[in-house]
Amino acid sequence: MQSTLSLSFSQASLVIPNRPICGAPSTPRSLRFCGLRRETFGFYPTKKLTSCRFQIQGRRIEVSASSAVAGNGAPSKSFDYDLVIIGAGVGGHGAALHAVEKGLKTAIIEGDVVGGTCVNRGCVPSKALLAVSGRMRELQNEHHMKAFGLQVSAAGYDRQGVADHANNLATKIRNNLTNSMKALGVDILAGFGSVLGPQKVKYGKVGFPDNIITAKDIIIATGSVPFVPKGIEVDGKTVITSDHALKLESVPDWIAIVGSGYIGLEFSDVYTALGSEVTFIEALDQLMPGFDPEISKLAQRVLINPRKIDYHTGVFASKITPAKDGRPVMIELIDAKTKEPKDTLEVDAALIATGRAPFTNGLGLENINVVTQRGFIPVDERMRVIDGNGKLVPNLYCIGDANGKLMLAHAASAQGISVVEQVTGRDHVLNHLSIPAACFTHPEISMVGLTEPQAREKAEKEGFKVSIAKTSFKANTKALAENEGEGLAKMIYRPDNGEILGVHIFGLHAADLIHEASNAIALGTRIQDIKFAVHAHPTLSEVVDELFKAAKVESSASTTPQSVKVAI
Amino acid sequence: MAVSSSSFLSTSSLSNSKSTISFTSSVSPTQIPSLRRVVFRSTIPATSHRRVMTVRSKIREIFMPALSSTMTEGKIVSWIKTEGEKLAKGESVVVVESDKADMEVETFYDGYLAAIVIGEGETAPVGAAIGLLAETEAEIEEAKTKSASKSSPVAEPVVPSPPPATSSPAPAISQPSSPVETVSDGPRKTVVTPYAKKLAKQHKVNIESISGTGPFGRITASDVEAAAGIAPSVASPSPPPAPKATPPVTAKTTNSPPLLPGSSVVPFTPLQSALTNAFIASLSIPAFRVGYSVNTDALDALYKKVKPKGVTMTVLLAKAVGMALAQHPVVNAICKDGKSCTYNSNIDIAVAVAIDGGLMTPVLQGADKLDLYLLAEKWKDLLGRARKLQLQPREYNSGTFILSNLGMYGVDRFDAMLTPGTGAIMAVGASKPTVVADKDGFFSVKNTMQVNVTADHRIIYGADLAAFLQTFAKIVENPDSLTL
Repeated sequence: MQSTLSLSFSQASLVIPNRPICGAPSTPRSLRFCGLRRETFGFYPTKKLTSCRFQIQGRRIEVSASSAVAGNGAPSKSFDYDLVIIGAGVGGHGAALHAVEKGLKTAIIEGDVVGGTCVNRGCVPSKALLAVSGRMRELQNEHHMKAFGLQVSAAGYDRQGVADHANNLATKIRNNLTNSMKALGVDILAGFGSVLGPQKVKYGKVGFPDNIITAKDIIIATGSVPFVPKGIEVDGKTVITSDHALKLESVPDWIAIVGSGYIGLEFSDVYTALGSEVTFIEALDQLMPGFDPEISKLAQRVLINPRKIDYHTGVFASKITPAKDGRPVMIELIDAKTKEPKDTLEVDAALIATGRAPFTNGLGLENINVVTQRGFIPVDERMRVIDGNGKLVPNLYCIGDANGKLMLAHAASAQGISVVEQVTGRDHVLNHLSIPAACFTHPEISMVGLTEPQAREKAEKEGFKVSIAKTSFKANTKALAENEGEGLAKMIYRPDNGEILGVHIFGLHAADLIHEASNAIALGTRIQDIKFAVHAHPTLSEVVDELFKAAKVESSASTTPQSVKVAI
Repeated sequence: MAVSSSSFLSTSSLSNSKSTISFTSSVSPTQIPSLRRVVFRSTIPATSHRRVMTVRSKIREIFMPALSSTMTEGKIVSWIKTEGEKLAKGESVVVVESDKADMEVETFYDGYLAAIVIGEGETAPVGAAIGLLAETEAEIEEAKTKSASKSSPVAEPVVPSPPPATSSPAPAISQPSSPVETVSDGPRKTVVTPYAKKLAKQHKVNIESISGTGPFGRITASDVEAAAGIAPSVASPSPPPAPKATPPVTAKTTNSPPLLPGSSVVPFTPLQSALTNAFIASLSIPAFRVGYSVNTDALDALYKKVKPKGVTMTVLLAKAVGMALAQHPVVNAICKDGKSCTYNSNIDIAVAVAIDGGLMTPVLQGADKLDLYLLAEKWKDLLGRARKLQLQPREYNSGTFILSNLGMYGVDRFDAMLTPGTGAIMAVGASKPTVVADKDGFFSVKNTMQVNVTADHRIIYGADLAAFLQTFAKIVENPDSLTL
């Protein structure tokens, strides 16, 4: 959610990389530091609620309502709406808000509840569970407490209380989302939407007559559902997906987690903190395959090895049978390569975290000759839908998990904003390499851009040099004050021009720290410039500062010290 | 670097090819192997030895170093040097991955990396030879043959065998009804929970030797803890309903008398079994007992004063015993082999505590030296963790003297059993108002407590025990020294 906000804020600058930091080209380059401040002040009258959608909702709503009347009140001549979005998840929501701001008459169709996966069955409730697990972990760690001089008697938890916290948070955020759209005058249309033809959408609830509306542009933002490989029988009780796990209806003694990506890792953090033992089942040869190898190695040392977790790598769970008739959950493992049977596990529960599958069935894609690829809707770099003949479908876009480009809530939102920019007459291509990702374990993992192997491969191909800067949380005052010195930050960059290729952080509040790097990548800021930016001391942000300062860049800073004088 | 303080090289003189740790043996054959650490930590003796040894040719073993206190084995990430390469003292030779970090390990000696015993990506327990270092180029070949002959016995235990994967040949695609049968029909495989596996590795417990008591017969952490001598972390399973349990049990114990109808049999928990063994072993100790009545008026008064500060009677008694033992070291000694008396340098008082399903003896280390309040704090921590069965082995099995107090139940005197491992145990009864006559014939009522010490007569004689008890009584009757 938070990242969604930050992305919608940065819409003005979410341009192709290498644009100057302040969108207004008239801002003199030498006035950069103070120019930034001026720009911030200048934002409010014109941009209204961009920066404050949720935080100060109550106050801002009136402002936004007036803007809504102006923005969403004028329908186009020949269409019911300027923009219709199918799916009110985080992607659709981000697109809708930006569309209203751009003066488009907007409707959003939702067949389930507003908020989609992220708010109801994903990032949001899981953060509530992780907030609990983080505290449990801390309170249970006698050594950690003692190091603070704190004495805490045995920590315990009430499962229902934890589950309620997650559920309440989801409800709260869902209401915030709904209210923010209502306040802006976005029409929320209930029912399942599907594409009837070019610029025509129908929607309706089962058993009710369909409504047909027309729109100048259509965005498909239907998201995804948990992917369950065949052979696995999900009963929702002992064999579950993240949808069930987030309700925390039980805390099994021993749970197998199939898949060691973000979802699996976060749940392992929750379950072990609540007292479960965990067995990971990973098809690839190593755990946490998506992460930078160095980070995943360290993460394994901190998040896996000392905890009540074991793992099987290089195996598929070919068959999982839920517990019944007095038997535990049975998991049959086969070798990922040879497909030979390898082992059978007996556990109390199994969580299927093998990724997510696009939710694109029943969208009427056949009406416009679009063929999905493994369920994903093919799009170009501007999120324009490509049909079966490889041609662009006019006025139809697809964002978020449904296109599979980058299955993250904030990526969907950024894509939605990018589409709105295009349909309102400004060409815009989203740089996906600038989109950060985070895993909210304790400590957290975050990343943006390329991993080291990816960067080295690219460097090899394109013939440039790659350097690595690293810093440890052990050198950070704030981290040490928190007794959380375990952590590593790593930056991959080009020493010739100071371009940041990727940043990976494992440590306390890594998810919050990554944005300095992701913004730098998005805006094309070079290390030799950003290294002069000042960080408050003592803060965790100095970890990233350290990275910038540790980098050895051959080219010199592009800003001159004079600009600082002006600011003073 | 942490490595530089831990030795990883030992030498093996060619003349004595059988011995693996022959550096110490070549210097002084009687030294115990653990001394080689001490020898290697200081570089000066090492150099001087080396000078001596340049006369004789030397091949040294490179050991898997202990990079952290919890490390039991390490993985070779990479060899920085290749076989045959020259090494200078202080140079990094190999990168080892421990449970905590990757570390470069450097050599303390000049020479040549003669042979790599444990290859990259392989794992070896701490202390195992991972490579050989030859002093001169000429010895490389010799070392290589040595490593070849070594590799079979060494490499075998070094690479831990993978967990027994009793791969039940379950078909990948099977009928809806069949899979459950496929699994259950075959011999039951050992199911071990992740934490149980970790604990077994940590405490070096052979998982195969444990029978699981968890759900579905799986081996849980508490099974491993019990096998390792730590009490199980979950209360012993509730007794099974009698009618069900009776038939299988009678079938097993055919030679014991038949059970009376309605009776039930509850097998011992591992903790109970361990205690049983200790009790039976106690019968082999020639023990005797000496009792003493102690006036506790002063102690009771002191107790009232310190109680608000969290000091319990147990702690006061432990402190008093500790101080008395300091004056009578023989009562703190132990007879290990029936031939000698081993005097302990520390006074560590184990205190018997009843816990759910058995008995634990958390140890108050340094009871004679530690300040009363620190002792009380320590005791509170130990007691809490003992009840939760979270004590480390050294926290309950390292006592040099045992204290057992049943006074709180009103017991006036009892006889404690001396189990192997200590020389004496003190049984403390309740302090009760008693009519006593002093030497002038005046009667008064004083709180009196009876203590009874059981001791190993092989090392402790009656007079020793009597003198110890006298000292103890004096301390209790003038307890001001306890708070000093």
